[in-house]
Amino acid sequence: MTGTGLISEELQPTPTPSRPRPVAGVAVVGLLLALVGVALMVLAALRLRDYNDGAAAATIVGAVLVLGSLYPLWPSIRSFGGARERASLLKDDQLVLARRASAAGREEAQIAMGYAAAAIIVAGILLTAFASDGGIAKTFFTAGAWADSFPEMIRSFWTNIWVAVVSQVLVLAFGLLLAIMRMLPGRAGAPLRLIALVYCDVFRAIPAIVTILLIVFGIPLAFPAAAHWDPVWLGVVSLSMTYSAYVAEVYRAGLASIHPSQSAAARSLGLSYTQTLRTVLVPQAVRRVIPPLLNDFISLQKDTALLSTASIAEVVLTSKLWESQLFNLSPVTLAAAFFIIITIPQARFADYLIDRDAARRAGK
Amino acid sequence: MAFLEIDEVHKRFGNNEVLKGVSLNVERHEVVCLIGASGSGKSTLLRCVNALEEIDSGDIRIEGDTVSGAGVDLNVLRRDVGIVFQSYNLFPHMSVLDNIVLGPTRIEGVPAKDARERAMVLLESVGMAEKAKAYPDSLSGGQQQRVAIVRALAMQPRVMLLDEITAALDPELVGDVLEIVRELARQGLTMLLATHEMGFAKEVASQVCFLDNGSILERGSAKDIFEHPREPRTQQFLSRVVASGRL
Repeated sequence: MTGTGLISEELQPTPTPSRPRPVAGVAVVGLLLALVGVALMVLAALRLRDYNDGAAAATIVGAVLVLGSLYPLWPSIRSFGGARERASLLKDDQLVLARRASAAGREEAQIAMGYAAAAIIVAGILLTAFASDGGIAKTFFTAGAWADSFPEMIRSFWTNIWVAVVSQVLVLAFGLLLAIMRMLPGRAGAPLRLIALVYCDVFRAIPAIVTILLIVFGIPLAFPAAAHWDPVWLGVVSLSMTYSAYVAEVYRAGLASIHPSQSAAARSLGLSYTQTLRTVLVPQAVRRVIPPLLNDFISLQKDTALLSTASIAEVVLTSKLWESQLFNLSPVTLAAAFFIIITIPQARFADYLIDRDAARRAGK
Repeated sequence: MAFLEIDEVHKRFGNNEVLKGVSLNVERHEVVCLIGASGSGKSTLLRCVNALEEIDSGDIRIEGDTVSGAGVDLNVLRRDVGIVFQSYNLFPHMSVLDNIVLGPTRIEGVPAKDARERAMVLLESVGMAEKAKAYPDSLSGGQQQRVAIVRALAMQPRVMLLDEITAALDPELVGDVLEIVRELARQGLTMLLATHEMGFAKEVASQVCFLDNGSILERGSAKDIFEHPREPRTQQFLSRVVASGRL
């Protein structure tokens, strides 16, 4: 072969073997971080015990936390072992084994650092919570305030839940309608496409709180007959109107992401435009948009709190009444906890649906 | 009057004229192969026959009935004309069986039970019966393509369009699919197929058309085209195919 060949005939020079990377330095850093973590955690546990006047539960929690913070000491000790092994192997000129010992030692040191950092963060949060004489704990986490407000809070949270669920059902239907309107073909569809486009633009632009104020206060003024309606229903309408605009975009993206060949295949079997949408495009699009759809639903759920501005007795309004009564924000924290508790299972449920669909398609 | 008549069909995408006046007659029970380089217009011609693309001018007739242009009953047309695609295009959210019965039940109003029975008979004949409950993504390309053929056959079309149906398959899976097409040809199904499998075209085609740059440059029996091509462009195309080991 000449110089124009695709591969060079010259042999690559043998590279000089690299020396194992040092371990002692990272091992020391790991140990120091672990010790700092233990120290801070002991401090935090003492604060926790003192704040709760030495209550048994607080003492046990503190002890568990301190025990946990001791864990990174083990990998740290092992990392020093790795450093020693590396040195002795290097002395015997066993380069490959020394490199392995070095890699293992460094990994142990990094594990120690990771767990120690976690201990430092947890201890830091606790110390902050009990700073200024337990100011944070008192303001946000007073158990007595929780106990007093709980029955009323959970009752009004029920309003948030059913408002969210009813709105979500309405949004699913109305959003799909808007999405399909925006994708109508031909000149005949043009006016409806425009209307759907304007709707989506307008309601994505208006802040939800403005829509709520306009509808919940405005409709009873404009239509005297509506004055007897429960304002919660007007709240449902305003949330549905706002979120339909978002969900329409999600659906539209989902429909647009289905390859045109699917539509061609359906049409070639003789399915009409509507049948193609219903049996082929929408079922596939809905599966694809479950995660973004769920995102919008979680937003909607949280925005039920905005109904408090329209004097609807949902959980945030109730928590604010309790807050002004007790001069303590703990009921508001409780409301936050409620929202967290209902949101997390939904995220897991969406994951489950996605996994199940993937598994079924893969024929498992 | 031929069974399927394609008459001076023009089709453009924007400024790009893809079909420049293509005329072609397909008789009943005839198998016509379209060959030619990628981009020569084979797929577009097939899609036009099935009205998946609108033609700009010309005429397409089945038994003398115009099936192109405005006012055509597309659903009736597509019941008569089946198409199988290069990329199978099965519906991934439906099982194999549901893919096949969708057309007969929704379009022809066949009772679900009858449609399923017939689908099973067809699946059996292509060796796919045990996969009836499977979903397309769990099947190999060759299996998916066999299901796609069955899906088209379930509509009992009078003419089948096959658009490079083996082009996306692993070489070892091509044989199974071609065997089915061979069997369909033996049973007398009218077919119009675009293919890169020259050996297969030579074997089954009653007529071979060489498309180049949007028009049919040369046509004739398989023997004429493959052994005595007249046009220099056809000769060049075939010699390249031979050089790449596909003939």
